[in-house]
Amino acid sequence: MELNTELGKKRFSFGRKVAKNRYLLLMMLPGTLYLLINNYLPMFGTLIAFKKIDMTLHYWWLTSPWIGFDNFKFLFKTSDAWVITRNTVLYNALFITITPIIAVTFAILLNETRNRIAARFYQNIMFLPYFLSAVVVGYLGYSMLSVEFGFINTHVLEPLGMDAVAWYNEPKYWPYILPLVYIWKNIGYSTVIYLAAIIGIDNEYYEAALMDGASKWRQVISITLPQIRPIIVILMLMAVGHILNADFGLFYQVPLDSGSLYPTTNVIDTYVYRALLSLGDIGMSSAAGLYQSAVGFVLVLTVNLIVRKVNKESALF
Amino acid sequence: MSSTTVQAPAAAAGVSKTAAKRINSISSGSNLVVNAFFILYSIACLFPILLVISASLSDENAITLHGYSIIPKVWSTAAYHYLSYDMHKILVGYGISIATTIIGSMAGMLMTALYAYPLSRMDFQFRGFFSFFIFFTMIFGGGLVPSYLVYSNILHLKDTLFALIIPGLLMSAFLVLTTRTFFQQTIHPSILESAQIDGAGEFRIFFGIVLPLSLPVMATVGLFYTLGYWNDWFNSLVYINNDKLVNLQYMMYRVMRNLQFLQSNAQSNSAVGAQEIAKIPSETVRMAMCIVGMGPIVLAYPFFQRYFVAGLTVGAVKG
Repeated sequence: MELNTELGKKRFSFGRKVAKNRYLLLMMLPGTLYLLINNYLPMFGTLIAFKKIDMTLHYWWLTSPWIGFDNFKFLFKTSDAWVITRNTVLYNALFITITPIIAVTFAILLNETRNRIAARFYQNIMFLPYFLSAVVVGYLGYSMLSVEFGFINTHVLEPLGMDAVAWYNEPKYWPYILPLVYIWKNIGYSTVIYLAAIIGIDNEYYEAALMDGASKWRQVISITLPQIRPIIVILMLMAVGHILNADFGLFYQVPLDSGSLYPTTNVIDTYVYRALLSLGDIGMSSAAGLYQSAVGFVLVLTVNLIVRKVNKESALF
Repeated sequence: MSSTTVQAPAAAAGVSKTAAKRINSISSGSNLVVNAFFILYSIACLFPILLVISASLSDENAITLHGYSIIPKVWSTAAYHYLSYDMHKILVGYGISIATTIIGSMAGMLMTALYAYPLSRMDFQFRGFFSFFIFFTMIFGGGLVPSYLVYSNILHLKDTLFALIIPGLLMSAFLVLTTRTFFQQTIHPSILESAQIDGAGEFRIFFGIVLPLSLPVMATVGLFYTLGYWNDWFNSLVYINNDKLVNLQYMMYRVMRNLQFLQSNAQSNSAVGAQEIAKIPSETVRMAMCIVGMGPIVLAYPFFQRYFVAGLTVGAVKG
């Protein structure tokens, strides 16, 4: 009897809550529907990684029989699984560590440049590559690296008396080329964010440091870096959580999808794409995709937990 | 006399401020080194773009002999002339890019603001649930295969204009949360309260008060969506097989892989014979295609980036 009234009360109050907030709920409807279709439906779709795909079946993505972890076993038996995991993790680890180092350095130097107009100019130029699409970056790379006509072969190596390099056939150069392109394209963006943070630091700290006779170097170490540390931590944290998600455009467009470069350019994202659309291997590609999402999810939670322990303010949630 | 004594401390403060600034600025030597470094880096940023421009204006033979160079050995506009045969195709590509960018950005901005606004309202009773609902999408996703199946096999969006607008790009969780923070910080609850007392409904308050007060963040969000749609080639790669729905980026992608893509149109053009097609200046045409596709974003850049920097700055100072 009492339980019933409790339940009745609760239902009543939930209905009332909905009624009271109906206009705000209506506002959220388009976005909520979009998230359901674009984000939540695919989350349930990951279940097909545990199915034996039979495309002849009607509604095959629902009706194909379950096979447990067979798709995963198959994936991890191939040498691809190791190569793509290694490439993805190593490239991203490099990007995550090198980006703040370079961007913070650039931001500090730009902030110190005496001529403000020049500093603004450098910043604008540096930011330009961020606006270019991956396809355009692929073209720009080709103009530098094309075997017969590329600038580096014809105008750098040849005058130095060196042999032309078949850049698009030699996997060993790409662990250097890809990070260079990545930095070239993205560093302007990070620099702007760090510069904004540095400009936001209260000038009084520097004035006090000046009184104490602190050198420029000392000021950077003792004031600037500690002050912008929260932003560095947050940005790195978000990046670590996505360490298994590579920048598809960078790894697909810049090497021009050249098969002989796969040993050093194939990452999980490009692998999943090729397995799905070139080979039509849905079982394998969905297993690889779920492996990526699941490890990413666990990583975000773990990193966040560690950050919470160290410094609660810097944690994402 | 008295006025000067009043002004004196202010002037002194001004002097000491500039003096302090000079004391704390880097030495001329370091300043020179820093400037030299940034000049070199700026050149490195611009160099590949200039190289492509130059290549597109070069004579094909000069390129096969000497490679791409920063100043054309022999000038020629043959590549652009050749592209003009395919003007129709290129214009269609522009049309599709412009249409999807406008529709997608507008819809995206509206959905972002509409989702962010209730989250910013402290008196909205489902705030917690909907915040988590969108935040969770930032840390876990289904991946490409299930998304592909949803859009191609369940919703059947393959080879439609919707496939260029809806998958992945329409609403960004990060921008929603940024917008929410902006609403929270700039729109005081008492404004909303007084509007409510005056009898305004929620939609009236949103469109009449909240949006007009939020133009800076809306501009930033709009710029992000515009850039995302304009530069997108991934949705085309995954969902488009129909040659009539090729947007500009995807056209550039296909020309890079295979010049034949443009030629299919030229072949039907009687003015260009088969021989003409055989001697296409392929390297320079590629580079001209890159310039044609890159053009708008580079031209719009000076106007774009000021607002972009301002918007990023708002986002970076965490609230």
